[in-house]
Amino acid sequence: MTHKVVPVKNYVFIFLILIALTITTVLVSKIELGEYNFIVAMTIAVIKGTLVVLFFMHVKGASAMTKLFVGAGFFWLAILLVFVLSDYNSRGWLPGPKWW
Amino acid sequence: MLADIDATLAAHPPQLKHHFDDSEQQLESSTLGMWVFLLTEIMFFGGMFGGYTVYRNMYPDAFASTSHFMNVTLGGFNTGVLICSSLTMALAVRAAQLGNKKTLIWFLIFTLILGCVFLVVKYFEYHEKWVDHHIPGPGFRYEETQYFRQAQILFFLYFAMTGMHAMHMIVGAGLLTTLIVMAARNKFSALWYTPVEMIGLYWHFVDIVWIFLFPLLYLIGHTK
Repeated sequence: MTHKVVPVKNYVFIFLILIALTITTVLVSKIELGEYNFIVAMTIAVIKGTLVVLFFMHVKGASAMTKLFVGAGFFWLAILLVFVLSDYNSRGWLPGPKWW
Repeated sequence: MLADIDATLAAHPPQLKHHFDDSEQQLESSTLGMWVFLLTEIMFFGGMFGGYTVYRNMYPDAFASTSHFMNVTLGGFNTGVLICSSLTMALAVRAAQLGNKKTLIWFLIFTLILGCVFLVVKYFEYHEKWVDHHIPGPGFRYEETQYFRQAQILFFLYFAMTGMHAMHMIVGAGLLTTLIVMAARNKFSALWYTPVEMIGLYWHFVDIVWIFLFPLLYLIGHTK
């Protein structure tokens, strides 16, 4: 019944990447990149999260059904953020009715 | 006669519940169920991340100004601690897969210790906020007075999000303790270690939440 046993060195490798990315994100936050500071920080966070999900949580070797569920979860989170932001950011684009 | 018993045991090992076809299906059901729970957790934290996104869009300068009062050293240290604990948790699951009881217990204990280190550091951070009057409410004071009201929103989100995260860490520490006791009582074997794997998933999830909280709360405006 066991999931496939992964060699220790694979885990340690992912761990080292995660630590390296953490140091990178702190260092980059000290450089002035304007809007790109946020984009870089979030890109690094997404990469780190993806590594943890795929390798520590074993989604990489999981069944298609589990992958579908995981994907659906993050897709719904994206819907939440995108729709909330499109609402707030587009307010005032159109003139409201007089009685507003 | 004895061969018959062996055959029955092989087809139906003791850890297999009767309503499953085989052990693989049983593990698959547990994994799927755990992920469904984690999806509700994603939605739960997602609401708070959504609130953060909206207010940060509204008051970007006020939010950026708060970064000077966040302790990046402690926050970064805690990020490292959590990543280490994720590694030891992954290795604990691996030890369980191999049926290696001693290694399993040791890695669970390491994970528990790292989780406690995280919480202790968090306590010192909260204490710092308390001393600096950075807790939203009547006692709130803010050095950049033009952002007095808006900065409170960020500090409220900070306490709500890191507080909920710390609550999850405390629950995780309780679950780890349970696992250690179960492992010591020989409840797990290479054939059945499902609780170790499921609580491992939970622990990694809590780690992922922090991976996003750290840049969003600590690293917003360091260039300014």
